[in-house]
Amino acid sequence: MTAAPTAAPTIADPAATPAPLAERRRWMAVLARAGAAELRAALAELDPTPGWLRLKGPEVGLIMLRGRMGGDGAPFNLMEATATRCTLRLDSGAMGHATILGRDPEKAELAALFDALLQDPARRPRLLESLIEPLARAQAAARQARARKAASTRVQFFTLAAMR
Amino acid sequence: MIGPGFADPVLGAQAAFRALLEATAYPGRVRRIAPQPGWPAALPPAMAALALTLCDQDTPLWQDAGPEVARWLAFHTGAPPARAEEAAFLLCIGAPPPLAALRLGSDEAPQDGATLLLAVASLQEGQGRLTLEGPGIAGAARLEVGGLPPRLLAERAALAPLFPRGLDLVLCAGESIVALPRSIRITEAP
Repeated sequence: MTAAPTAAPTIADPAATPAPLAERRRWMAVLARAGAAELRAALAELDPTPGWLRLKGPEVGLIMLRGRMGGDGAPFNLMEATATRCTLRLDSGAMGHATILGRDPEKAELAALFDALLQDPARRPRLLESLIEPLARAQAAARQARARKAASTRVQFFTLAAMR
Repeated sequence: MIGPGFADPVLGAQAAFRALLEATAYPGRVRRIAPQPGWPAALPPAMAALALTLCDQDTPLWQDAGPEVARWLAFHTGAPPARAEEAAFLLCIGAPPPLAALRLGSDEAPQDGATLLLAVASLQEGQGRLTLEGPGIAGAARLEVGGLPPRLLAERAALAPLFPRGLDLVLCAGESIVALPRSIRITEAP
């Protein structure tokens, strides 16, 4: 059984999506999974600190997580999860959005801020290199470590037919 | 560029709703809603506050204040834009559409009638050419409205025989509002 938040877009065919959109989805996902401390440190490194205006939130709410039995069955409502969302606007006019799991208004605001900053072509390459790529690598490593740990506890069930 | 909504969505909406509640309970009395910075300049602040308070994804919305306001409303309320005949709320800063064509509800569900928020130039209670009578008013109340569209009162009076079907009106002038529910009779001194 797999569960995916309905809010998160699933990328069925990356080639069918325009590059900037797919790219933006990727950094939004990385920012949403990052820790508040990492984002705070990245903000402290920005020079000069950008000005921004909150448009919506940060506010805590619930989103319904839906699942499919076996990954391809009929969708059902699995459970609700707390989420925090924020939308803000930079003084330059770029709008940033973030929806994160859990209740951390500061992290949601920082994620939205970096989403807005990353839309600026002048800032993007440096931010991608200094913030997004290291975060993505760390998140992938953590995921793999957890998958390895889980795989080591896997139990093989043999059927009678297979044992014969 | 889209501006902010209420600085505090809960308290802001509650304060605006309270003002509208009192205005509706006592038709003809002027209530004020505090404005907040960053709202679209095209809308009177009281109308902007009521739109943020009343509209959501279940209320089709019609407005004539332009695309900037449409984007702001869509972002903050999620209300789907609709034709005037289908709208639950209408934000009108120019000449209002013909009232008889708007949603008036049905005898079984008169609450489905539309609410028209109309921008006017000024509102003054306790004096003026309009005399209001009906529920919520002891005897009669006087009201002066600056910049009322000429046909509006006649069109509104023509809907009175349909009661309980009808249309509720909220006049907005800057930060001030006056509610004129469908149950109120208005007579105009020459």
